[in-house]
This record gives sequence, structure tokens and C-alpha cells, in this order.
Amino acid sequence: MANVIRRQTPAARLGRGLLYGVLILAALFYILPLVVMLMTSVKPLSEISAGSLLSFPQNPTFAPWTKAWGEACTGMRCDGVGGYFWNSFAIVIPAVLISTTIGALNGYALTKWRFKGSELVFALMLFGCFIPFQVVLLPMAQTLGWLGISSSRAGLILVHVVFGIAFTTLFFRNFYVGIPNELVSAAKLDGAGFFRIFWRILLPVSAPIIVVSVIWQFTQIWNDFLFGVAFSAHNTQPVTVALNNLVNTSTGVREYNVDMAAAMIAALPTLVVYVLAGKYFVRGLTAGSVKG
Amino acid sequence: MRDSLPMKNTSATPLGAGAKRSTPPGGLQAWLPRLVLAPSVAISLFFVYGFMLWTFVLSLTSSRMLPSYDFVGFGQYARLMANERWWVASTNLMIFGVLFVVICLVIGSLLAILLDQKIRQEGALRTIYLYPMALSFIVTGVVWKWLLNPQLGIQAMVQGWGFESFRFDWIVDPDMAIYTLVIAAVWQASGFVMALFLAGLRGIDDSIIKAAQLDGASLPRIYWRVVMPCLRPVVFSAVMILAHIAIKSFDLVVALTGGGPGYATDLPATFMYAHAFTRAQIGLGSASAMLMLGGVLAILIPYLYSELRSRKHG
Repeated sequence: MANVIRRQTPAARLGRGLLYGVLILAALFYILPLVVMLMTSVKPLSEISAGSLLSFPQNPTFAPWTKAWGEACTGMRCDGVGGYFWNSFAIVIPAVLISTTIGALNGYALTKWRFKGSELVFALMLFGCFIPFQVVLLPMAQTLGWLGISSSRAGLILVHVVFGIAFTTLFFRNFYVGIPNELVSAAKLDGAGFFRIFWRILLPVSAPIIVVSVIWQFTQIWNDFLFGVAFSAHNTQPVTVALNNLVNTSTGVREYNVDMAAAMIAALPTLVVYVLAGKYFVRGLTAGSVKG
Repeated sequence: MRDSLPMKNTSATPLGAGAKRSTPPGGLQAWLPRLVLAPSVAISLFFVYGFMLWTFVLSLTSSRMLPSYDFVGFGQYARLMANERWWVASTNLMIFGVLFVVICLVIGSLLAILLDQKIRQEGALRTIYLYPMALSFIVTGVVWKWLLNPQLGIQAMVQGWGFESFRFDWIVDPDMAIYTLVIAAVWQASGFVMALFLAGLRGIDDSIIKAAQLDGASLPRIYWRVVMPCLRPVVFSAVMILAHIAIKSFDLVVALTGGGPGYATDLPATFMYAHAFTRAQIGLGSASAMLMLGGVLAILIPYLYSELRSRKHG
């Protein structure tokens, strides 16, 4: 340590200062919109029109939050985004659990029970990660109608499971490839079956990839708007659709503080997940893009 | 497991009880993996490949409000090519896509390199750079719509500081509104590119850099000539993912500009949705969806090709 400090010339110190300066400026660019959003959401309307974007709230009030939660108008109805917030959970939780379970079994079967054509099966499924969803919207609408679940939560859960398993299978397959085959082979020789090996050998070491998959699916489905707007009715909308309706409802005075509070409500669950488990979030984002 | 007995059992000579005992898990166990995968394969065949084909079929019909199967050949594609709004949307995607990808790459790689200089509080900075990626594009759109609001947002704030002539009203300017999409999208995704590059940088063997340093190369030169070439796969992945986000961009446009002013900020994704779901032009909407798929494939196929090649050689 000591000789590192001694080697610092004034020029090097200036460079270091510049370096930190740039990094902090960048941090401000990313953090300020969130700060503004939060401050605006607790300002009364009068303060918003009189003050500026970055002025600190003088008389903080939670009224915009309660209004956004329970009273603000989203389209025709005026019961806030609260109900839609729970809608989102009712869609996200089953969809995440089902798609992660299927992905885990798929990944296991594709890596530990390889058969002729298993690589082809994987490639076939992987393609589902890349299609633009516009190409499935119209047939999906009709299929949901045939199944009798159009505009229902069950329909949205189905859609998210169907288009989520490509990702979850990818996560688990790439993870299980790295688990040595010897243990599995030994268990097979001992006569253990497919599910028993999965339950006793693979599942106990799968915690990290389960977290990655759950977080990835949670943020993807929570943040979804396209499927939500295309396949929901007013009482089954997810919160992203309700937020967009709230912001674009043009009745009376534009209440920016309520808009911002509603945006915060819609953003909080994924932000909390990110703060608590950021490491796994990054791993999910980079899975499949950086090899290994 | 693969070459065990079931094959032999089908042959003419019956092997009897002894053979049965030497296939411990039995036929069902051998088929279980395939049975487990079967539903997913069926789902993928129907909901991905089947639906793509279905949309293609729709794009060849004159469907309006409801799907009808009255075929008109490639008429819808011809109508699309003659549609001015489609050209606006496609041109917008080119502008938006190129700027979004390039700016994200520049900011992301720069931040990653700066963060790689043994920075104090690196973890905290990384968290701040990356958090927008956890948000919904709808939230991002709502926030930036507020920041870009000429009466109350950034323009009003800077004017309030005494710079009366300051103008930043791009969101209501048909010629500039497309750039507000770029700003918001870069804000959301550049931290992710930073994370990709940082992971790549950490994977590079230090001894290469040390050797270059001993040769007397300057730090910027080392990064440009030694480190960047090592990161080529990361750049490639990042471009692929960003281009993919750009083509699929729908929610951000809806929340930030609503495609406006007029249809100045329409993208193919919003064009498709508007025609298929609100303007009763299912045939035309399907044709635009197929062109979007074509765009994705044009990016994807070279990517997959190089991935497979590098796997074979690597």
C-alpha cells in the first residue's frame, strides 16, 4: 500500500480526480430521474407549478400516493392502481413458479439424459427467446378465445408461461451443463430413476440458478405491457397497463404528483427485488449473452 | 442408457425374463426425459412456429376486423410498401436503433473501463448505473415524459436558473421527438451494457495487460489495441441484445410519446399493434409483424452462425 501512495504524482492525482468526477456525473444521470420522481410524488400540486424539478418538497404529503393507490382514474374507472397492483401479483406468481419448474425439468432432461436429437430440441426451443412477440399476438388472441380464457388472468398466466419457458430452459440447461455427470451416472447405476436423481442430486445444488430464473421471470412478467394490453380486460389488467391508462386519462387537471406516485408503485416491486438480489439480477441479464 | 436393451427387445428372438432384469429402469425410465420435454416441445411447435406460420397466412389474406381466409397473395405487403406511415415507422426504427445501440455501447464500455480502475465504492456505483434496467419501460416513459415536459420539466428548470433562451422541447417537436426515445432508452439500457463489458473485462487475463505495460504502451492504447479486441464477443452480444430491444420497443413509445406528435415517433411495433388491434387492419398488421420477424432474423442468423463457428473452433 505504502509505495502505491508514494508513486502518486500530481498528474496521476488529477487523473484520479477526473476519473471520480466522470463516474459521479454518470451516477447523477442515472439516479436523478428516480429522485425527481420520488420528490414530485410527495409534493402538493401548487408546489409543483411554483417550484422547479429539483426543488426539495417543502410540505411533503402522502396524499398523491393514497390517491394513486385508491382513487385516481385509469380510463373509465376511478379506483386507483391498487387493484391492478394485486392483479399483477396474481399473474406473476403462478407464471413464475410454473415456468421455472418446467425450465428446471427441461434443463435437467436436456443435459443429464441426452438422447438423439436433444440438441435439436434445445435449439428449437431457444428460438422462442428471440421472436418479436408481435408475430404471435393475433393467433394468440384467437387461441385464448377458443380456450375460453381471453381477457382473463388465467389467459395471461398461460401466455407468460408459454413464452417464458424458452428463457428458463436456457438458464437451467446452461447451469446443469456445468454439474459433473459422474454423480448422475453413479446414481443411475444404483437404479435411481429420473425424478429421484433430480430431487436428490440436482435440486439441492440448484439454489443459485433458481434465484436467477425466478428474478428474471418476475421482472419480465411484472414489467410486461404488450401482452397485458393485448389480452386483458379492465378488471384483469396488470399494473403497467393501469399506469399507462392513468397517465393518459385526460379528465380535469393533470396531477403530476399522482402520476409519479403511481409510477413509483408500479416500479417498487422490481426495484426491491433488484436491491435485495442485484447480483442474481445481473447474472440473469448476462446469461446466454456472455458465455459460461 | 441410450444403447441399452429396448432396441434388442424388438428383434425377432424373444429374450425372456433374464433380459428384462438387465434393463433395471425399464422402458418408461428411458422415455421419461422425452416425456418431460414433450409438452414444452409441443408448446414451442404450436405457440412459436405454428403462430409464426399462422401470422404469415393472415398476412396473405384481406382480413380486417376479424381473420378471414380470403387470399390476396402479397397484396398486403404491397399496401405496406405504399403506406407512408409504415415508412415513417421503419425510418424511425433505423434512426432510433442505430443511435440507441451506438450510444449504449459507447457509454457502457466507457463506464466499464473507468469502473475497472480499482474504484472505491464500485459496488454502489454499479448498482446505481444498472437499476433502470429493473424498471418497466412504461415507468421509464412516464418519468421521462415528466422530465421532458417543456412547461414543468428540464426546460423550465434551466430557464428558472436564468437561461431564458434555453430550449429543450423535443418531445412536442415532430422532428426531434424520436430523439427523446433514444435518451430514455439509453438511460434505461446503458447500465446493462456496462455490466456486460465489466464482466468481460474481469475475464481477461491480467498478464496480457501487464506485458503490454512492460512494453511501454500507454493505458488508452492498451485498452484500444489489446483489451477491446479480446472483448469482441461481448460487443457482438451487446449489439445483438440491444438491436433486439430496439426492434421490440413498444411500451416506451406508448408511454413516452404515444407515437406522436401525429405519428412522428411510430415504430414498427406500434404500427403493428395499431393496425391489428385498433384500426381493424389485421391483414396489414400481420404483414408488418412478418417484416419485423424478418428484421430480427437478419440480425439473429449471423449471430447464431458465428456462435456455432466459435464453439466448433474454440
